[in-house]
Amino acid sequence: MSTDRPRLTTSAMIASLAAEGQRIRAAPFGHALAALAARRPEIVGMTADLGKYTDLHVFAAAYPDRFYQMGMAEQLLMGAAAGMAREGFVPFATTYAVFASRRAYDFICLAIAEENLDVKVCCALPGLTSGYGPSHQATEDLAIFRGMPNLVIVDPCDALDVEQAVPAIAAHRGPVYMRLLRGQVPLVLDEYDYSFELGRAKLLRDGNEVLVISSGIMTMRALEVAEQLRADRIGVAVLHTPTIKPLDEAAILEQAAKPGRIVVVAENHTVNGGLGEAVAALLLRHRLAPPFHQVGLPDAFLAAGALPTLHDRYGISTAALATRIRNWL
Amino acid sequence: MAEAVAPVRPNVSLAQRAWRIRHNALRMAAVQGQGYIAQALGIADVLAVAYFHALRYRADDPHWEGRDRFLLSTGHYAIALYAALIEAGIIPEQELETYGSDASRLPMSGMASYTPGMEISGGSLGQGLTIAVGMALGLRRKNSDALIVNLLSDGELNEGATWEAAMSAAHWRLDRLIALVDVNSQQADGPSQQMLGFEPLAAKWQAFGWHVQRIDGNDIAALVAAFDAARSHAQPSPRVILCDTRMARGVGFLEQREKAHFIRVAADEWQSALGALGEMPA
Repeated sequence: MSTDRPRLTTSAMIASLAAEGQRIRAAPFGHALAALAARRPEIVGMTADLGKYTDLHVFAAAYPDRFYQMGMAEQLLMGAAAGMAREGFVPFATTYAVFASRRAYDFICLAIAEENLDVKVCCALPGLTSGYGPSHQATEDLAIFRGMPNLVIVDPCDALDVEQAVPAIAAHRGPVYMRLLRGQVPLVLDEYDYSFELGRAKLLRDGNEVLVISSGIMTMRALEVAEQLRADRIGVAVLHTPTIKPLDEAAILEQAAKPGRIVVVAENHTVNGGLGEAVAALLLRHRLAPPFHQVGLPDAFLAAGALPTLHDRYGISTAALATRIRNWL
Repeated sequence: MAEAVAPVRPNVSLAQRAWRIRHNALRMAAVQGQGYIAQALGIADVLAVAYFHALRYRADDPHWEGRDRFLLSTGHYAIALYAALIEAGIIPEQELETYGSDASRLPMSGMASYTPGMEISGGSLGQGLTIAVGMALGLRRKNSDALIVNLLSDGELNEGATWEAAMSAAHWRLDRLIALVDVNSQQADGPSQQMLGFEPLAAKWQAFGWHVQRIDGNDIAALVAAFDAARSHAQPSPRVILCDTRMARGVGFLEQREKAHFIRVAADEWQSALGALGEMPA
């Protein structure tokens, strides 16, 4: 850690990811769900003692009789959500990503996914978005869920992505796992010609030297890096891939096939079993072999601390990403 | 009862229903040469009273919205439930021959997508009561008065999720929910009390806020009275009927066999077992 700046302290568990001065929108998930619920009466909200911490409290305030506080019991939450779906409702079930992926896996797998039930599991604190240490850092949630048949997986980038993803996943018939950004959520994608479409990757900007394929908050970081490198006449294309499963294979192959670029896959997740490995396997299956690099979290239980410190240390901050890409060129 | 069941062969007594369920189960197990026959024989009386006294359903329309929901969380009891669903006319009797065979609608472990009348996929023990809680909440949202009956095994009381659901059912005052616990005191590795002691069972459920009855689960009169009491109980609490059952009930030489989760029956014994079941009671 550098010694010429004050030592940062671990922020609140649900600290905003927004940089100072960055535009934000408050509770995009809760507001989008409440808005959607007005025209989708079968939607109900369920949580395991984390309504306030997943922005579901906005929905609960708007529709108190459609909100189910299930207590701090994630297995029950998922089983009960399955039961609700069996009776024709569309539950949005919220908790933290660690608890859904680790503790409630079997219930999501067999009670929900095996039956292809219409349950949307929406989870805060995905990847490294908490400084509380491994108990709250869902660094392997995508790896865990990618093995689950029927399950659609979404990793949105910002407030716009979250609020557009809510009606999109509700329109999809079947189980969905969505990584949730909550609280004061950065707003970035409104500056691009972009809209969220389930199952589609979108090219946010083009460039001739680097192709970044990214999901979640790493798309926001990649866009910042692209802007920085533009000053050095390094062109960085950014392909935002918010749907992790099913992967938009056609869009990825089309971009990766363009010659002369290094390919960097960037994700807020362990390098094992997430977007990076999914893209690597896809390219290999199609005999594409561009210079390939993975940016992700190390295969380790991560430290507690301040998020900016941790993002720097583990290589997913904007500065760390920029440095690594420059070194690879 | 809000709507009378229209059972096939309406002049058949509950004791005869139970006999026929046992008979169907033995015939299915004979097809495979194996099966959880001891559990099926043990739970046959509970299923007879459930399907021919307590539950509302339409045999020709298993998805009828007004039906009472019967949730089997112990997937390996599927053979027993198939036997009851055949007797109820929900599954055609000739399908009995396909039990456990490739492409059959009657797999060894019960799954909702395979079988008419199978509400949930069991097998991952401890999930059933959590799903029952959600279905009860959903039915309440629809202003339905349908019952939700969850048959679980005493082994499932080892699972923490069962107790999460038990707490939740009382919290939400799910008075249309009836849990049936098959206390056959046998788990995969041995006697239940040596695996993870769960007594005093009645006191535990009471403390969790449930209306509790503990009965002989092979006594048809007691089962009828318990279902009636569970239905008519005035307090807004979930109901549990703890059913002490005897594994392999009704087939003397299998009842005497060393108790085991999966009892061994030699190929030539299935006919003997059908014989030992005797004639259908008058």
